Formats: sequence, structure tokens, C-alpha cells
Amino acid sequence: MKKPNTFIVVAAVTAAVIAATWLLLAAPGYTGNEINMTRGVTSQSTINYGLHMTVLWICVVIGVIVFSAMFVSIVLHRKSRGHEAAKFTHSTKAEIVWTIIPVLILVVMAVPATKALVNMEVAPETEMTIKITGFQWRWKYEYVEDGVSFISSLDPASNAARQLESGTDPVDIDNYLLEVDKPLVLPAKTRIKFLITADDVIHSWWVPALGWKRDAVPGFINEAWTEIMEPGVYRGQCAELCGKDHGFMPIVLNVLPRADYDAWIAQQQDTQQKLAAN
Amino acid sequence: MSTDSTLSHDIHEHDDHHDHKPSGFLDRWLFTTNHKDIGTLYLVFSLLMFFIGGSMAMIIRAELFAPGLQLVEPDFFNQMTTMHALIMVFGAVMPAWVGFANWMLPMMIGAPDMALPRMNNWSFWILPFAFAMLLSTLFMDSGGPAAGWTLYPPLSLQGGQSFAFVVFAVHMMGISSIMGSINVIATILNMRAPGMTLLKMPLFVWTWLITAFLLIMVMPVLAGAVTMLLTDHFFGTSFFNAAGGGDPVMFQHIFWFFGHPEVYIMILPAFGVVSEIIPTFARKPLFGYSAMVYATASIAFLSFIVWAHHMFTVGMPLTGELFFMYATMLIAVPTGVKVFNWVSTMWKGSMTFETPMLFAIAFVVLFTIGGLSGLMLAIASVDLQYHDTYFVVAHFHYVLVPGSVFALMAGAYYWLPKWTGHMYSERWGKIHFWLSAISVNILFFPQHYLGLAGMPRRIPDYSTQFADFNMISSIGGFIFGASQLVFVGVIVHCVYKSRQKATSQVWEGAQGLEWTLSSPPPYHSFNEPPVIDSSTIAHADSTH
Repeated sequence: MKKPNTFIVVAAVTAAVIAATWLLLAAPGYTGNEINMTRGVTSQSTINYGLHMTVLWICVVIGVIVFSAMFVSIVLHRKSRGHEAAKFTHSTKAEIVWTIIPVLILVVMAVPATKALVNMEVAPETEMTIKITGFQWRWKYEYVEDGVSFISSLDPASNAARQLESGTDPVDIDNYLLEVDKPLVLPAKTRIKFLITADDVIHSWWVPALGWKRDAVPGFINEAWTEIMEPGVYRGQCAELCGKDHGFMPIVLNVLPRADYDAWIAQQQDTQQKLAAN
Repeated sequence: MSTDSTLSHDIHEHDDHHDHKPSGFLDRWLFTTNHKDIGTLYLVFSLLMFFIGGSMAMIIRAELFAPGLQLVEPDFFNQMTTMHALIMVFGAVMPAWVGFANWMLPMMIGAPDMALPRMNNWSFWILPFAFAMLLSTLFMDSGGPAAGWTLYPPLSLQGGQSFAFVVFAVHMMGISSIMGSINVIATILNMRAPGMTLLKMPLFVWTWLITAFLLIMVMPVLAGAVTMLLTDHFFGTSFFNAAGGGDPVMFQHIFWFFGHPEVYIMILPAFGVVSEIIPTFARKPLFGYSAMVYATASIAFLSFIVWAHHMFTVGMPLTGELFFMYATMLIAVPTGVKVFNWVSTMWKGSMTFETPMLFAIAFVVLFTIGGLSGLMLAIASVDLQYHDTYFVVAHFHYVLVPGSVFALMAGAYYWLPKWTGHMYSERWGKIHFWLSAISVNILFFPQHYLGLAGMPRRIPDYSTQFADFNMISSIGGFIFGASQLVFVGVIVHCVYKSRQKATSQVWEGAQGLEWTLSSPPPYHSFNEPPVIDSSTIAHADSTH
């Protein structure tokens, strides 16, 4: 049997480590690419971000311990170094230890995970309600208390550029595929209830900055809630495969300070009443 | 048993000269009832499907190379993602494991053949027809299925007439799998050589026994689910149509009751193969054999009570979400036991790093990465962010490609010399390994970043912020795809050109009944049951 080429093994492992480090650290610095979950702008997204990072670091530590043990073994316990195989086949003590420790780690993880889920699912008293309906391939938003409603679709510039052989470089389009003709305008620092459903197939309404997504199922109404802390523009898109234009039904939130929002909604009511009167 | 039936290589090499192979091509392959021939058929078929499914992946990665649509229309893109998954799951990985089962189970337990040889023939020969039918939908007016391999209604019901062909193809694959697993169970439970008690069986045999039970339990559930889709589509029923009193989410529950055990069907035999290979090249018995068996059984049991973790976003009650979160997290415990035991098997061994061992080590590392991201996905609250993004795509490709597929390749290199009687080219095997192991990470690791940054899965085009990592991923994909041609080259060379004869033992540290047979083994092996003694089998000491 051929003697293993230690150099190749070590060189390749080094190359892999360097490549991984580069991907992790250097690339986003140079390119501005985001590589992690957003902290978002709601209590739910902040809690989820914290939980994500906690579990990620637990996983990294477990991975480092396991892979280090393997690496040490690969380096030291090789035949080419003349290492003789030991004879042990089991160790009840070790096996009990590495069954119990993971259970304890899981219990430690389960506590914040349960709290986060309860916070996510048990809505507080809300101040206003938005009904969201998914269509192939656009969203309809209804301000239930204010009687305002409209449809929000992919903006025309993105829509033209995304056609096969359009001749337009997506880089030239602002917010390519993440822009709509009419964004959902919401007030900041207001507890909002969402009623989410669909008209044809299952869609999923997702704005990462809010910290969750919720499926829009035809014939059923799902509930979700949010309270957005910062005014701003937040973007997302449909997350459940819904047919050929699934990739082309974005969501844009325009979150305004409460006073600006009140002015906007009054103006919308006015416009819609005029339209109805005509 | 008398001592003259003791295994000896001489007897079997002698047998080889009058092994009664059928002479005509059709007689040999179409009508075969020989477990080795059927195993070869399964393996060749699955390799073919691996390349068909792989070429669809190349189309997907080529379209995703840069933002904007350059190559295909969105609907065709959706057909590619759907068919890629169906073909890889049902056409490549599952039949490949059945091929390994056919070749190895009888040789590992000292049986002359599979228990039900004619059914064995049938369960293979259904498959080419099933996949011909599935692939033919791509050429029909209404196109192939485009609703994802999960076939969620109502979207899947928007497919045209070709949908009936998809459903029938899935039925045929299911029948094939059920027959294959009946055969595996009957063989393992009835045809072990005297003295081969259950807790002396090689771990690959154990994992396949448990896998076969999973298959028998869940394939009929899938058949039921797609039949309901069929009647909803063509006969006006409303199982999944809310307007008629049905519930689209019920399909997801039924599908994932099949679908979650299904992912363990693809990975448990991989655990088995890796548990054979690591002890061989560490020259040290598998650490904690019994614990490995019990861990496999626990994983199989848990696989039945975690299905709704695929559905945290559909709007389940809080208590339901909590139950499925806790149950899913529990899977980490037996899976951890397995990983720790593999590492302990390597620990203080006397390791060499031939190609099978390299693939097995890469399996342990990269499968563990996939398992850890699985633990992250189990956290229901955060899953509302991860769900349906490229983070999930990265996760399941880590457990399936450098998981199941690497284990298949490890097994192929491990047993190729046994099957063919020739050594494969170690140099080209290693080239194949390094190309695959590096490119698979370039392919899938950046997809974690894409998902966390907010890129949904199953989209043909994306916002420009995702451009760089998609390009890196695509480059990795092209290298990975091209590297598999090396694999074919190594196999073809080994079968037809290699002059280096393999010994019976093949690997210095190999233990188990299959290594007592000549390489290649006689067409009919173990016509007389072997005598089991502790020097020939790996797990002779069942006290631990």
C-alpha cells in the first residue's frame, strides 16, 4: 500500500482553512456582501438574531472540539509514523458522558428558544390590523380599520430588466427585484396585527428586518404581529415557491413616524373615497 | 457444521471457473436473479441518474451565475429544481444504496443470495421505466413538474396533463423501494449464516435493516399523498382544496411524515458504510458497536415524530411548534454519539489514507457541519428566518452531497477491488477526492451566507446584493460537476483496464465475511454457510 503523502494532506487542509477564512472575513469586507442574519428592527428580529448567534457559537465550539480531536488523531495516529493501533473497543464512561453533555447543552438552548417562540406567537394587544393576500404574483394590502387597500407589484424597471435577453444589466437598476410600485406604508412604534392569506396558491410573506416569515395559505388566515422600532424602508420577498414568477413578487415596507403615517393614511382615505364617488 | 465447510480461498477460486453465469447479454442482465448482477445494475443505473440530475444542477447553477435571466425561462428553471431533486433522491441516492445492499448484504452475513431473487429482478427493472416516464414529462406540452419535489398543492395541481405521469412514476419508484426493502428485511432476518447473531452483524447490515423498515413504513404514505393529488387534479376531489372543505396544509403533514424518515433513509446506510471503512483504515475495531446500533435505531424512531419542523411557518399552534422543536433537537443526541464514536475509532488507530478513508473522513467532517446547521434550523423561532432560504439549501446539501454521496463514493472505492478483482488507480482516486472535497465546499458553504443575508430558495434570479456568493457557488458547482467525470474514469479503468489484481483481503485492516471471498467473488458465493469465528468478522465480541 502506498505511503500517504503527508504534505498533500497538510497542504490541502491549510488551503481549505485559508479559503474558508477568506470567505468568512475578507469577502464581505471587500464587496459589501452581507453574510449574516440581520438584527432587524423589531423585538422578534433582535431576539432571533441573538438566539441565532448563541446557537451558532455553540455549534462552532462543538465543531472545533470534534474536528480538533480528528485532526490530532490524523496527524499523530497514522501508520506512516509507526503508530500502533490501540485495542480498546468501547468505554461506557465516555459514552455516558457524551450522551449527557449534549442533553444538557440542548436544555440550555431550549430555554431561550422556548421564550423566543412564545414571544413570537403570542401577540400582545395590537393597535391596527393589516390584511395581506398573496396572489400569483403580487401582494394585496388592506388597512382593515381605515378602509384603504391596494395591490403592490414588482416595479416596472425591474420587471423589464428581468426578462430573458432584456439587454439591461441588473446592476443598473436600483434595488433590482426588491422594488415595488406601491410599498406597504406602516407606522413606527405601533403594534400591528397581520392577517395573512392567499387567493390561489401558497405564498409566504417575509421581510427579514421584521424577524419572521409567515405562509399565506389559500382558504386559511394566519396571524402574526410586529412593532417596528425604526422608521425606514425594509425589503423582502415571497419565500414559498408559488409558480413561475415566484422570484418576482417583492415586498417593500415604508415605515413612517406615527404623525407622518397618520397624514398619509388620511390622504389615502381621501383619494379612495373620491375614486369611489366618481 | 463440519470443519471441511470452513471457508478457504482456494475453494472459491476453484468455484469461479464453473460459476454458471448466463451467457447471453439479455439472459445475464434482463432476466438475472443474481444479487451481484442486480447490485451492479442498480449501481450503474444510479450513476447514470446522478449525471442526469447533476446536469440539471449545472443548468440551475449556470442560470444563477449572475443576476438577470440569461439562459432559461423561470418556469423551466422551476422544472429543473423539481426534477433535479426527484432524480437525485429517488434515482441516484436511493437506488445506489439498494445496489450496495444487493452486492454486500449476502456477502456480509454469509448468505448465498437475497431471499427473494425474482422480486429483486423486478424491483430493479421497474426503475428504468419509472424514470423514463418521469423524464418524458420534460418533453410534453405542459412540461415537467415545476412545483418543487415536495409537490405542494395547490401549486402542483396547476401542472398540466403531464402531472399524471409524475404521480405514476412516483408510484412505481415506491413499489420498487418497498419490494427492495422487503427483500432486505427477509434476507437479513432469515439468511444469516449460523452464528451470525444480530449483534454480530456488520453495521452496514444493521443500518440497512433499519432503513428498510423506514422505507416500508413511509413509502405507502407518499403513495397515498400523491394519489390524493391525482384525484384532486383529475377527478374533482377536494382533499387539499379549501374551497371544497379540504386543507392544503394537510398535504404538507402527510408529505413530511414520509419526507423526514426519507432523509434518514438516504443517510443511515451512509452511517453504516462509514462505520465499516473507518475501522478498516484505522486498523482498530469500531468504537462502541452496540451504542452505534442503538443510536441508529433511536434516530429512526425520532424521524417519525419530527416531520412538522419542515412546516414551522405554516401557522401551527404554539404547543405543536414546541413539541416538534424539542423532538428535533433530541436527534442531535444519537447523531452526536455516532460522530463521537467515529472519532474515537480513529483515535489511537494506525491510520492510512487511501481514497475510501479520505471520503469517509470528509463525510464525518462535512456531515457534522450539516448536522450542526440542522440543529440551528431546529430552533423554531429562528427557523422563521431560516426557512425557505439558501441556508436550508446549504444545510440539506451538506448532509446529502458530502454526506450521503461521499459515503457512496467511499463505499464504491472500498468495495470496487472486491467487486472487480482489480485495484482502482489510487492516484486518480485521490485526485477525484480532493477535487470533490474542495469544490463541494466552494459550492455549498457560501449558500449559508446567501440564506442568512435573505436570499430565498427556488428563485431563478436575485437581487444584485447576492451576486458575488452566487458566482462563487456556481464556480464550485462547475468544478464539482466536472470532477465526477474523474470518478467515472476511475471506475471504467478499474473494471476494464486495471492490471493490478486485488487480493481477497484487499485492505490490510479489513475484517468481515466479504473479505474471506476471492476478488472478484464467485458468481454464487456462500452456497455453504461459512463458519463464523472471531477472526473473520469485525464485531465478534458482542459483549460491548
